[in-house]
Amino acid sequence: MSVALSSTGRQGGSTKRLMRRRIASVVMVSLTCVAAAIAVVPLIAILGYLLRKGAASLSLSFFTHMPAPVGEPGGGMANAIIGTLVLIGIAATVGLPVGIGAGLYLAEQRGSRLANLVRYLADVLNGLPSIVMGIFAWEFLVRPFGHFSALAGGAAIGAMMIPLVTRTTEEMVCTVPQSLREAALALGYPRWRTSLQIVLRTALGGIVTGVLVAVARVAGETAPLLFTAFGNQFWSLKLTQPIAALPLQIYVYANSAYDDWHAQAWAGATVLIGLVLVISVIARLVTRARFGGGHD
Amino acid sequence: MSAAQELARAPEPARSGSVEVERFNFWYGATQALFDIDLSIPPSAVTALIGPSGCGKSTFLRSINRLNELIPGAHGSGEIRLDGENIYERGMDVVTLRQRVGMVFQRWNPFPKSIYDNVAYGPRINVRPKRADLDAIVESALRRAALWDEVRDRLRDSALTLSGGQQQRLCIARALANEPEVLLLDEPASALDPIATQKIEELIYELKRELTIVIVTHNLQQAARISDRTAFFYLGKLVEVGETQRLFTSPRGDQTEAYITGRFG
Repeated sequence: MSVALSSTGRQGGSTKRLMRRRIASVVMVSLTCVAAAIAVVPLIAILGYLLRKGAASLSLSFFTHMPAPVGEPGGGMANAIIGTLVLIGIAATVGLPVGIGAGLYLAEQRGSRLANLVRYLADVLNGLPSIVMGIFAWEFLVRPFGHFSALAGGAAIGAMMIPLVTRTTEEMVCTVPQSLREAALALGYPRWRTSLQIVLRTALGGIVTGVLVAVARVAGETAPLLFTAFGNQFWSLKLTQPIAALPLQIYVYANSAYDDWHAQAWAGATVLIGLVLVISVIARLVTRARFGGGHD
Repeated sequence: MSAAQELARAPEPARSGSVEVERFNFWYGATQALFDIDLSIPPSAVTALIGPSGCGKSTFLRSINRLNELIPGAHGSGEIRLDGENIYERGMDVVTLRQRVGMVFQRWNPFPKSIYDNVAYGPRINVRPKRADLDAIVESALRRAALWDEVRDRLRDSALTLSGGQQQRLCIARALANEPEVLLLDEPASALDPIATQKIEELIYELKRELTIVIVTHNLQQAARISDRTAFFYLGKLVEVGETQRLFTSPRGDQTEAYITGRFG
């Protein structure tokens, strides 16, 4: 910079070059600003549109009431909201132990051939279309039992959580300083105990964030639930029976021919986005508490 | 487990903490880091390891509690005997070994937990004491590390709220709570100010009555001040070892003399 400045004083040619650089800089900055704006516009547009469309049908009874029959005004999606929470619970039960365990393995056995293979497979799994996960769950958890079930749906989206949780856990565990591991080992801690009590606990804040992001991600999945959880018009908490879920309910209502069902679908979508948003905000707060605090 | 351990240990005659090293070699993959080390480390004394950076002091220190094994491809040959028992023997349990040989690192590394929990960490899994006994163990360890008076009212505070020097003494207390026979110190004061350094040195002087201390240091004055014996390492070899005063006043090797008079390193 200083070289360029000092040479401008001497020659006209470099003044020109400097101008060119300044113009290029301004152009590039504007381009990136436009790109950033375009990236945010869809989100704001979707949120705004959803709120406008959904808010009308959104009321307390939407959360507490069951779906009303066609033609009858009002009604809610209480069963679908609870159903989605149940499915998330099952998914977490399936996905968390496996994901965290695998992530810990990848981080602690870094460089081993098996770890590299597992990491690669986790990435492949992450890129797998979610409908494939649904077919897979149908084949193994629906067909043998002869009926759709909440368990099959939860397992399908739980399997989708595994690679997400695995990779975040691995990244977080890798940020734990080696000196902490050495401290524990030098005190006579076996490796497994060092990994669980020191390493995992130190990385916990980051892992919780990753888990919440994974939950938010699968909460809105529809495809894997289509032929596993299937959906249910009635109140059901039985894990072995079909269960309602927000994305499924929205799918069915939006495809229907009735205006009040369309309105209900908009309200459902608003609730779903709200749910995801709340989870994301919690994730942010946890992250800030973990990394933004005044620790040494 | 604790009762069985006590029974197993009780009849052992010598738990003095003497370390004998015989023809010890160490490799990181294909690179040899230590060559034929022969060294006798007497109990209840301070042995200082000096030498320029990269000469193998730390590698040697970390061989005594087998912490080097964590590095893939690292391996050794020869013997290191703790109270006559080869620690590289097949039957040697590395967990038990590390309880007997404590270690303090250059950069203090307390766990992000309370002061109390840091000290209680070792005993909690190694002897599983009752609550009241654990309190006593923690207090005694903190007293031995000359930290008790400074932290007695804030045992539940995070260890990370302590100053650097205090954190390092906390790490010493944490190691002492395991009742080790040998304490390995890897440049424990190199990142501390002179006052904190002096406290650590006084502490080492107190502790050597009870256990064997091996300290790696780059500070030659420190080695001269606190150690009884000094070993000079150079390029992975043990060049000279002897009484500290003798080694510093009339070194036998030319390299030793060059190093301690500041001509290299």
